[in-house]
Amino acid sequence: MTSAISITNGGVRLGGRDILQGVNAEIATGEFIGLFGPNGAGKSTLMRCILGLTPLSSGSISVFGEAPGRANGVIGYMPQSRTSLEGSALTVRALVSAVEGGNRWGIPWNSRAARGEVERALELAGAGEYANRRFSVLSGGEKQRIALAQALLGKPRLLILDEPLASLDPRNQMRMVENVARIKATTGATILFIAHDVNPLIKVMDRVIYIAGGGAAIGSPDEIISSAALSKLYGAEINVVRAEGKIFIVAAEGNVTEAAHHD
Amino acid sequence: MIEHLNYFLSYDFVLNALIAGTLAGILGAVVGYFVVVRKAGFAAHALAHIGFTGATGAALFALSPLEGMLIISVLAGMMMGAYGNRLQRSDLAIGMTLSICLGIGMLFLTFYRGFAGHATAILFGDIFGVSHRQIIQTLVLSALSLGTLLVFSRRLLFVSLQPDLAEARGISLSASSIIFSVILAISVTLASQVVGILLVFTLVIGPAGIASRFCRTFWSGLATSVTIGLLAVWIGILLACFTNWPATFWITMIIFFLYLITEAVCRYAFRGA
Repeated sequence: MTSAISITNGGVRLGGRDILQGVNAEIATGEFIGLFGPNGAGKSTLMRCILGLTPLSSGSISVFGEAPGRANGVIGYMPQSRTSLEGSALTVRALVSAVEGGNRWGIPWNSRAARGEVERALELAGAGEYANRRFSVLSGGEKQRIALAQALLGKPRLLILDEPLASLDPRNQMRMVENVARIKATTGATILFIAHDVNPLIKVMDRVIYIAGGGAAIGSPDEIISSAALSKLYGAEINVVRAEGKIFIVAAEGNVTEAAHHD
Repeated sequence: MIEHLNYFLSYDFVLNALIAGTLAGILGAVVGYFVVVRKAGFAAHALAHIGFTGATGAALFALSPLEGMLIISVLAGMMMGAYGNRLQRSDLAIGMTLSICLGIGMLFLTFYRGFAGHATAILFGDIFGVSHRQIIQTLVLSALSLGTLLVFSRRLLFVSLQPDLAEARGISLSASSIIFSVILAISVTLASQVVGILLVFTLVIGPAGIASRFCRTFWSGLATSVTIGLLAVWIGILLACFTNWPATFWITMIIFFLYLITEAVCRYAFRGA
């Protein structure tokens, strides 16, 4: 299997501070990777490195065998920022159409093929049935699916999703995860799913990257989400507690470092 | 009525007003649509006010107010663009720049005694005072801006709606922002000839804002915005001819009433939705 992302001894230094050091990761095409870590640990930085927006200060990185940034045409990216169009009557379809082929010069007029691509992305993201509704009146979960549809345009081989579960209720979190798992199954795309909580992803992800304390660990969920592996990564004693089918990650001092349970 | 109309149109200054108004109306409505999508209303407003310094200072450098305003707004626009979204959304930075520019503009005004009439024209527009030379300048500037948009609007729409995704796809946010700010500065300058610096909002944000309330697609929004802009300018100028009241007053009245009607209808139609 060819690798989608390959990072060798990668390090990032920003503003005189080491954000990441000694990151090694080999992600195969078609893998579903969950990317976790506390706030400010460098999840978004790693993602920007993969997109070629932030250069590595040491080590090397390649995306589909090319320098990062060169392969961005085949990367779908769902940013954390949410579109807000209060008071605007623009429909869901209009918003997704506006992004299709957005890299091209000229006027925003879509060909028949491009319109077909918009419909495909809307269906794939599970937003087909409300494509004619005004975006501004949608719920948070519905809006998230529009961002997913925008990321799916152009049939990406790598889908990077930056905290798509943030501020969604459990039912909508579930739905988003199922959507992404289905997209992986139907398109064969590699998925890099950034999240705060491991629980919603536990059934669908193949491997885990956990970032903390300036380093990163990659491996199977059982391997990484364990007291031993996380304690090593944090450089402090961390307990991984499994109870009632959920995983809780707790610092030994007693304060919860990762609120694993949002219900 | 038709007789009156023919009579008015026989005057060069009325024709000039209609031509300049049409061009500024079209450009303002098109650029305004992007301003609304980008939520850069305050930046647009500020660019116009910053232009006041250029307009009053122009006399000191033997330039026309239009030229002076254009130079300073384009420069300010480029600076705003270079700082990108950060500055466009920073009310404080824009507000402070705005006040110092108006302060300097005020100083220039003091150097030119007896300039008060001119100041009124700059602040509130003097569409019937547009010269032949200004018409040519307006034509060239509108063509330049609309031409740029013909090439650039697809990317601009993408960047405006989903900046993070656009950046990930390799589009430079700051370059896009600079290009847009320059086009915005030009359209604001042209609009200020019609309605004045203080009321640029009317022509640049008004039609687009109204259209965005009920138009469901980009193209219908753009077409509606242009239609509203042109109707307001044309009817405003003609009403000014008939009543001898300022065209600026009529244009703002028309836009405001369209806004009120749109709000009422939208609130009724979209209630509970």
